Amino acid sequence: MKIQILGTGCLKCNKLAEAADSAAKKLELDYELEKITDINQIMSFGVMMTPAMAVDGQVKVTGKVPSVAELANILKEAI
Amino acid sequence: MNWKDEWKILVVILAVFLAIFYLPVGTQRFDTAVMEALHLAKWYAQEHVVLCLVPAFFIAGAIAVFISQASVMKYLGAKANKILAYGVASVSGTILAVCSCTVLPLFAGIYRMGAGLGPATAFLYSGPAINVLAIILTARVLGLELGIARAVGAVVFSVVIGMLMQWIFRNDEGEKIVAQMEIPDEQGKRNLIQNTLYFGAMVGILVFANWGKADESSGIWAAIYRSKWVFTSGFAISLGIMLVSWFELKWWKVVLTAMFVIVSAIIFKEQPLIAFTVAVIGLSIITSTDKGETSEWFTSSWGFAKQILPLLLLGVVIAGALLGRVGHEGLIPSEWVSQAVGGNSLSANFFASFAGAFMYFATLTEVPILQGLMGNGMGKGPALALLLAGPALSLPNMLVIRNVLGNKKTVVFVGLVIVMSTISGMLFGTLFG
Repeated sequence: MKIQILGTGCLKCNKLAEAADSAAKKLELDYELEKITDINQIMSFGVMMTPAMAVDGQVKVTGKVPSVAELANILKEAI
Repeated sequence: MNWKDEWKILVVILAVFLAIFYLPVGTQRFDTAVMEALHLAKWYAQEHVVLCLVPAFFIAGAIAVFISQASVMKYLGAKANKILAYGVASVSGTILAVCSCTVLPLFAGIYRMGAGLGPATAFLYSGPAINVLAIILTARVLGLELGIARAVGAVVFSVVIGMLMQWIFRNDEGEKIVAQMEIPDEQGKRNLIQNTLYFGAMVGILVFANWGKADESSGIWAAIYRSKWVFTSGFAISLGIMLVSWFELKWWKVVLTAMFVIVSAIIFKEQPLIAFTVAVIGLSIITSTDKGETSEWFTSSWGFAKQILPLLLLGVVIAGALLGRVGHEGLIPSEWVSQAVGGNSLSANFFASFAGAFMYFATLTEVPILQGLMGNGMGKGPALALLLAGPALSLPNMLVIRNVLGNKKTVVFVGLVIVMSTISGMLFGTLFG
């Protein structure tokens, strides 16, 4: 699956990327993590509150950094 | 040896070496500048951290966690009432822009998916200036007058700038994105009255703990000053009751904390700072070890503290070294400052807003820098001009704005910001200077 982290590069965006990464590793998913920092591209997801996470093009998290456990649940549902 | 990769390191080492080799230790100006930096940092630590910044972090954290941002975004959507959208955009920075890094995506979103260019630019201009931390620290360090002027100026002029932008580019709305706004659907657990009381209690603690000594020894202000800790305790008790009844904190934990606070208040009667610190530590322990939403509250407050404190310390030290405390000189001679931005002339106001627009201020560092400048003779008008133009714009964020708006609109926006900030500086300087 494709996990995309949307954010202009602030502290929280990096935190979300790390948390998503460890959640995906914990689930032993076959995934690819991509950080999207271009603001116009972020807009094309409809996201205005960063950081956000999209899984296979679907926005799952906006405007916050959930815990690793919560992220794992979100990823599990998205499979 | 691979010079292709190593040359950068060599340049850095040489630069550091030369800087230290020629370090003007022993010259009077340099030595006093170092001392000024330390004095200023100490003054901030003693005067502003425990009573002002720490409660402010808790308030900012609470805004980020407990206030539903979705409820505000509703008014900035594509179908929103246009007039209402300007009003909401100009004041919503308090709720939406608690961290400066969230301003630009929101601005781009309002422009491309939401209410359009006018409200988006209004939000972009006022957002960084009216976030809670900025207002609180400005009012505390630079004076209540300038703090209020900053908030009011930012809100009023953001509407003016937004409407002008909309009018200038009325035939050119730019490409809209049809993407659906992704707004987190969150349900507030408390109603408006509960939220108001909860934030009211925290703001009450902040205001009364920082209540300044009045000039006269009698009268209402002096009376409030004398019993400021009574008021502060009153707000703290009501906050404790709310935390137990609405936030599901265990009552015995809150009572235990209160006992510790009371005991330390009795033992260290002359130093209320100690009781206050005990209360902060108690609140931190209870909220951070909780499982529920108060733990989120603490995490978010802690996030702000982690992000802002190092930058602010750096800002204070640099401002202290360059500009010194009030009445003292740092590395930069006072005459330079008063020549450039002293008084309330058009050129001083223009210079302040122009410099502010291009300079980058990390969150809140504009406050110690301005304090230094004002101590060296900067006028009140130019100070406000810089406060308005500074945090809203900087060279790096202009590049992002250009990415979203294109060249023409960006140039017009920057021009409007500089002109409006100059005007509001002139006005403020004439009325209060």
